[in-house]
Amino acid sequence: MGSTMRGLSVFISDIRNCQNKELERLRVDKELGHIRTRFKNEKGLTPYEKKKYVWKMLYIYMLGYDVDFGHMEAVSLISAPKYPEKQVGYIVTSCLLNENHDFLRMIVNTVRNDIVGRNETFQCLALTMVGNIGGREFAESLAPDVQKLLVSSSCRPLVRKKAALCLLRLFRKNPDVVNVDGWSDRMAQLLDERDLGVLTSSMSLLVALVSNNSDAYWNCVSKCVKILERLAKNHDVPQEYTYYGIPSPWLQVKTMRALQYFPTIEDPNTRRSLFEVLQRILMGTDVVKNVNKNNASHAVLFEALALVMHLDAEKEMMSQCVALLGKFISVREPNIRYLGLENMTRMLMVTDVQDIIKRHQAQIITSLKDPDISIRRRSLDLLYGMCDITNAKDIVEELLQYLSTAEFAMREELALKAAILAEKFAPNLSWYVDVILQLIDKAGDFVSDDIWYRVVQFVTNNEDLQPYAAAKARVYLDKPALHETMVKVGSYLLGEYGHLLARRPGCNPKELFAVINEKLPTVSPPTVAILLSSYAKMLLHTQPPDPELQEQIWAIFRKYESYVDVEIQQRAVEYFALSKKGAALMDVLAEMPKFPERQSALLRKAEDIDADTAEQSAIKLRSQQQTSNALVVTDQLPANGSHSVGQLKLVKIPSQNMEASSVDEGRTEVYGAVSKVDPESASSADLLGDLLGPLAIEGPPNALIEEEQSQGIEANPSSPGALALAALGDQPNSAQPIVNIAERFSALCLKDSGVLYEDPHIQIGVKAEWKAHHGRLVLFLGNKNISPLASVRALILPPRHLKMELSLVPETIPPRAQVQCPLDVVNLQASRDVPVLDFGYRFGTTMVNVKLRLPIQINKFLQPMTVSAEEFFPYWKSIPGPPLKLQEVVRGVKPLSLSELANLFASLHLGISQGLDLNPNNLVASATFCSDNSRAILILIRVETDPADRSQLRLTVASGDPILTFELKELLKEYMINIPVTTPVVAPLQAQTPAPLQLEPPVTPVTNDPGALLAALL
Amino acid sequence: MIRFILLQNRQGKTRLAKYYVPLEESEKHKVEYEVHRLVVNRDPKFTNFVEFRTHKVIYRRYAGLFFSMCVDITDNELAYLECIHLFVEILDHFFSNVCELDLVFNFNKVYLILDEFILAGELQETSKKAIIERMGELEKQE
Repeated sequence: MGSTMRGLSVFISDIRNCQNKELERLRVDKELGHIRTRFKNEKGLTPYEKKKYVWKMLYIYMLGYDVDFGHMEAVSLISAPKYPEKQVGYIVTSCLLNENHDFLRMIVNTVRNDIVGRNETFQCLALTMVGNIGGREFAESLAPDVQKLLVSSSCRPLVRKKAALCLLRLFRKNPDVVNVDGWSDRMAQLLDERDLGVLTSSMSLLVALVSNNSDAYWNCVSKCVKILERLAKNHDVPQEYTYYGIPSPWLQVKTMRALQYFPTIEDPNTRRSLFEVLQRILMGTDVVKNVNKNNASHAVLFEALALVMHLDAEKEMMSQCVALLGKFISVREPNIRYLGLENMTRMLMVTDVQDIIKRHQAQIITSLKDPDISIRRRSLDLLYGMCDITNAKDIVEELLQYLSTAEFAMREELALKAAILAEKFAPNLSWYVDVILQLIDKAGDFVSDDIWYRVVQFVTNNEDLQPYAAAKARVYLDKPALHETMVKVGSYLLGEYGHLLARRPGCNPKELFAVINEKLPTVSPPTVAILLSSYAKMLLHTQPPDPELQEQIWAIFRKYESYVDVEIQQRAVEYFALSKKGAALMDVLAEMPKFPERQSALLRKAEDIDADTAEQSAIKLRSQQQTSNALVVTDQLPANGSHSVGQLKLVKIPSQNMEASSVDEGRTEVYGAVSKVDPESASSADLLGDLLGPLAIEGPPNALIEEEQSQGIEANPSSPGALALAALGDQPNSAQPIVNIAERFSALCLKDSGVLYEDPHIQIGVKAEWKAHHGRLVLFLGNKNISPLASVRALILPPRHLKMELSLVPETIPPRAQVQCPLDVVNLQASRDVPVLDFGYRFGTTMVNVKLRLPIQINKFLQPMTVSAEEFFPYWKSIPGPPLKLQEVVRGVKPLSLSELANLFASLHLGISQGLDLNPNNLVASATFCSDNSRAILILIRVETDPADRSQLRLTVASGDPILTFELKELLKEYMINIPVTTPVVAPLQAQTPAPLQLEPPVTPVTNDPGALLAALL
Repeated sequence: MIRFILLQNRQGKTRLAKYYVPLEESEKHKVEYEVHRLVVNRDPKFTNFVEFRTHKVIYRRYAGLFFSMCVDITDNELAYLECIHLFVEILDHFFSNVCELDLVFNFNKVYLILDEFILAGELQETSKKAIIERMGELEKQE
């Protein structure tokens, strides 16, 4: 076992023999003193001794002692000429220092020399240290050398695998060091590697690269699938790389992880191969006795599940996954149960499996009572995710019950989640109030202020609720040992609405005052402030004045006039003075106005929980997106029949002051999920201001609301005013697109996924699925920078024939993150018009605004058909001529061969009927057109070409709908005449011309239709 | 990625600590203390995963020693759990029937083995044979 250092062993023995910590410290101090003296007089030190002392220092460091003085000694050994000392230098430095340490700067050169030098062992040492603690400086100066080693044909795999991971570290420190252009081909080559050590390391590198920019590495997709086939299907690996009979489970996992970063797998063959492997993993993983084998095979299985979820596989496979997870969450084996719960939660975020998962609700609730906190946490997350209107009552009540016994570590999260669910899915408002009050009662310490502010907002805005809430508060205030938050919310509610209870027993003003005032001596200053306001309100509501009550309250005001806290002192002084003014008090202390609608601070808080991961995970990105969808649920049209989601809207009052906001609101409702930019002023701090602040004494409350509303409009770029401005071209784009927008659009009209737009900051990708007259597009908004994109907004301007709903686009896109925004489309009738995406964002001080046509062209709603001669001819003959059958000789046609034409037709979703037309120069195609307004309409098309003159052809289109016939004929003409250059209909949008909108028939402006509004303005 | 790897005994003595993210000295002590407290009292029937701050600790107990890896919450838990076991198998092979004392007296070797096994917080080599052979090569050079 090689050389051992006797001195080191003796020292370790000595330490072990120390009876207590004190003796250990003495022994360590003695040793450190010795080492220090020896290092001071370096001349007498042999390399062996140096090495021994540095190891000793590491040992002492591990015991928890400070060895700063020796950092220099460790670092200096790196420059030693011989391996043994150099090795110690590198290893101990990696342990003692972190990447930010100044000493590391001094050795960049030495390290580089070792990396580029000829000594393989030195190369390995240097790569290892840089891989473990290299920082930005190393990244900038060493990346090219490390890249060279990785692809070098003369290096042993030993060096190359270290180079791969070293490069990964450098890339994480500074992504710019890997030049995408040159590197993607190399990366693909690396995946052909036979050595599994190099391959494993390279795969980790690939995961980091694709998580950052999957587009550049698409050429790696098929290679990854090949690797998976090699491992999972062919078992083609050396014996030493199998682990309990499983071909490197780690490489399998990593490879599947890499594939999850590609939005989709387009090539049908690759896709088929991949699904075959995945199917094999899903079906072929059995539970075995050996723990290690079981774990390893399930590691692979769970990764396969994640990949299937990501690829949105055919429904059949997805239901297999759900079935598997359902099995897992009820097994005894804790790890598998944990992972079952965790993956079920993830699955909720990517697909619509709520109903199936609900069947397991009882089982999941059982796990909420598991003795293992890890399992309880997963169960809580899952319950939170699967909650909707149908099960909210059960789930929230379970959470409340659990709250009393939960450990402190979980209570705050539990309280927050219960409050959010109660708000989102309350069957009625009084239930919501009950839940929140119970929450405060049971776990007051863990109920953040936001939670009680929110309940006050609801009560304020819903008159029906006010007496109920006040009565509830009255009951709670009678309880002994109240939590202070309950005192706050209770006295606030009674101050505002206590007078509504006047006729009930125990609720006359004096009694209410007494029950609140009982708490005064024991509460903290912020609560005292609320109590004072409540007293003032009580004075106001007691008409005619009750002299006795008045005297009591005045006495308290006077007492606090000299209070040490300024806020309280001011309130006392002002309330006292005001309350002597009689009528003036009425104005100033009038009931609090209704709160403007705003995003729940609670939801925002839940969203803020940040995950710190090395790579943004694809599933994580989706889930983030999903969370933000949930956040605006109150602003959205009810989805999947859960009508109550909107129920807890803060109710709007139809007063004049609110008009501006009603318009705004209307827009939001029509479009469901236009990105809504909340002004900063709606922060939770401001809520505090609303409740406790100067509003009540500074004058007519409406003024503030008005101000807020107007701010809201200014800050909301998607309000009509801002929209008009943008359309007039007042905001030139300061970020130039780096793709040809028109070309991208044309390409996407013929296929279902790809890049729609890209500039230096953002890339917008599209992936679409079509089913009859329904379409689902997912917009992938990818931030390419290392700083966030802010003020992101996306507004859809749909043509009249499409019904569209875009889910919420988050206001900011985190650095290097991609968010996915689903867009649902329903086709109503035939039209060549396409919708426009009005998209904007801010990067630093740069505002960028673009209008992009979305590739939702009429052909997307076609379903290709092949018809037989018996079907074709009778129908063809039954349609005599215009307007149902239109014929046109098209001239200036691009020279297309018949097969090219057939391909074009196929990508337009037109089915070619081979051999139907006896003339080999002709082409017959058919399809059905699907719209929401009518049954599917059959379309027949015939193209007659002249082999002698390819520049012209005769086109005949027939269908049962004259508009459809015309629009389709025109569309086909566009494609035949000129592919893919733009035509007037598809005018370039960079110039921000409003052209596509002008094509709409003129309509009377309707205030809640921005498209129409814009058209009218123009 | 692996944030850090800890090898601690039941009393909380650190036998090996390797950090792949930059932490300050005081922070490292805190982490070691907290992770020990987190895992030491867990029932053997519990999961091998426990949330730690914004990450997850995957741990496994071998006799009186706890091997803990702190990984991202999105990472594949079971893959890392078996990664721990593979590491233990390598140690076992290298020291022929490893025990805690081997790791104490040869802590320097343990660091060497770890560097052949994991780099930059990622798995570098999963062949036991390759690592043992590599250790042989290195010992010859000393």
